[in-house]
Amino acid sequence: MRNPLSNKVVDIQPSGIRKFFDIVSEMKDAISLGVGEPDFDTPWHIREEGIYSLEKGRTFYTSNAGLKELKIEICNYINRKCRVKYDFNKEVMVTVGGSEAIDIGLRAMLDPGDEVLIPQPCYVSYVPCVKLADGVPVIIELKEENNFKLTKQELLDAITDKTKVLILPFPNNPTGAIMEYEDLVDIAEVVREHDLYVMSDEIYSELTYGRQHMSITSLPGMKERTILINGFSKSYAMTGWRLGYACAPEIIMEQMIKIHQFAIMCAPTTSQYAAVEALRNGDNDVLLMKEAYDARRRFLIDELRRIGFDCFEPYGAFYVFPSIKKFGMTSEEFAETLLREEKVAVVPGTAFGECGEGFLRISYAYSIENLKVALERIENFVNNHKLNK
Amino acid sequence: MRQKILKAIDKNSKLTSKELASMLGMTEEIVEAELRAMEKESIICGYPTLINWDKADNERVTALIEVKVTPQRGEGFDKIAERIYKFEEVESVYLMSGGFDLTVIIDGKSMREVANFVSSKLAPMDSVLSTATHFVLKKYKEHGIELDNKKVDERMLVTP
Repeated sequence: MRNPLSNKVVDIQPSGIRKFFDIVSEMKDAISLGVGEPDFDTPWHIREEGIYSLEKGRTFYTSNAGLKELKIEICNYINRKCRVKYDFNKEVMVTVGGSEAIDIGLRAMLDPGDEVLIPQPCYVSYVPCVKLADGVPVIIELKEENNFKLTKQELLDAITDKTKVLILPFPNNPTGAIMEYEDLVDIAEVVREHDLYVMSDEIYSELTYGRQHMSITSLPGMKERTILINGFSKSYAMTGWRLGYACAPEIIMEQMIKIHQFAIMCAPTTSQYAAVEALRNGDNDVLLMKEAYDARRRFLIDELRRIGFDCFEPYGAFYVFPSIKKFGMTSEEFAETLLREEKVAVVPGTAFGECGEGFLRISYAYSIENLKVALERIENFVNNHKLNK
Repeated sequence: MRQKILKAIDKNSKLTSKELASMLGMTEEIVEAELRAMEKESIICGYPTLINWDKADNERVTALIEVKVTPQRGEGFDKIAERIYKFEEVESVYLMSGGFDLTVIIDGKSMREVANFVSSKLAPMDSVLSTATHFVLKKYKEHGIELDNKKVDERMLVTP
């Protein structure tokens, strides 16, 4: 029989998280700080709107790009938050989570051999999506001493004459780093000079603490070079609804919608109706969740530092990314031993790129009570191994 | 600052000042000073525990009584409210707008005890014009907390 598989697909490495997930799943009564989604339920008024849309029998396809009301609300929202005006008719589409937007955005832009710059540590799907779109992923290793921000020099060093797209994943999963105005101005300048496009994945945009989120699309000359990706998963605790969106110049958007039309048809209708409610009446929910995350963030950082971790202060998302370099173990060794001995699951930094070696991703999408129990165990672990010298 | 502290302990009074300080980005001294000051000013009036007595095998009856009263000259409703809330079986008393004047919530050991209270203590008061007693059959949610709905974390243990 012929080999049924595509070499391109077979060559793609499975996610490092997957491997760790398998180990964790075997452990009974493990406490996890390894989750990448909110612990809150979707606010009731949003769920209720979804239920209502089902009761009304709104169970049909929507137009490919999404419900008109939702696209209008998305444009209003972006204008409210970033002072950028998008045309709901031509420059916005609703996708199946931010993930789909990443995939089709890359497929719409890349030809074989085009290079895509990916700052790591980062979310696990950029590299595979670039490969599936026949692009060439080029990794930029971000440094802790720069607070895991992308610097102008790092960007310049990575650019070749094949570079086409820069992925900008901030606020960042797993580091919690954010890019502020001064940082983005430098990046935007390089992007314009070298005629690049930006895919800005801003799924955590609502979750910044004490600092304002800034979108690169709001800088001069950048809207026409940017695919802005966002969604409802993190800000409104709607991960299971699978709903995201992309805003892009019409020329790119047309092609993205074409792929979406053939591969997906449209995003789930129930979720789209719920999302309209989220954007119209959900600002306060976002604020309350953000306050809760912020309290946990401070608590977690203080405790980790007290226990003996070097931990840079993240201002976004819901992760801390402490260093374990001084403990003399690799990230995987540390995470696996911690899991086996104390039954606490954290994710080794290497799941997010090789340069994540020496770090752990610890999520604070958990209640303070949960965090306290887990931290006690982590402290035990550090003491037992006499690591806190 | 006070608002932040109050919001944090509203649903969880078990947090220590050290934990609060860490969560709110304040020093422990400031948190403690503010807590003490707010206790003194009766902004914080106590640290009770929310108990679902139904589950604690403890027979209890809660009744909500609508009371119409005649306000007294010079004292309005406060005097009569005080005469009512001083009884130890009274859990809460609120002055209401609308069809009646006071909501009185009673926690009693039995329906008989509540009925006794209403007929021998509350209804005969001079200023009380009428009462309507409603017994609580089941408590679902109190102080923003769902009583019988322990949330299980159904998320996958590790996700990207």
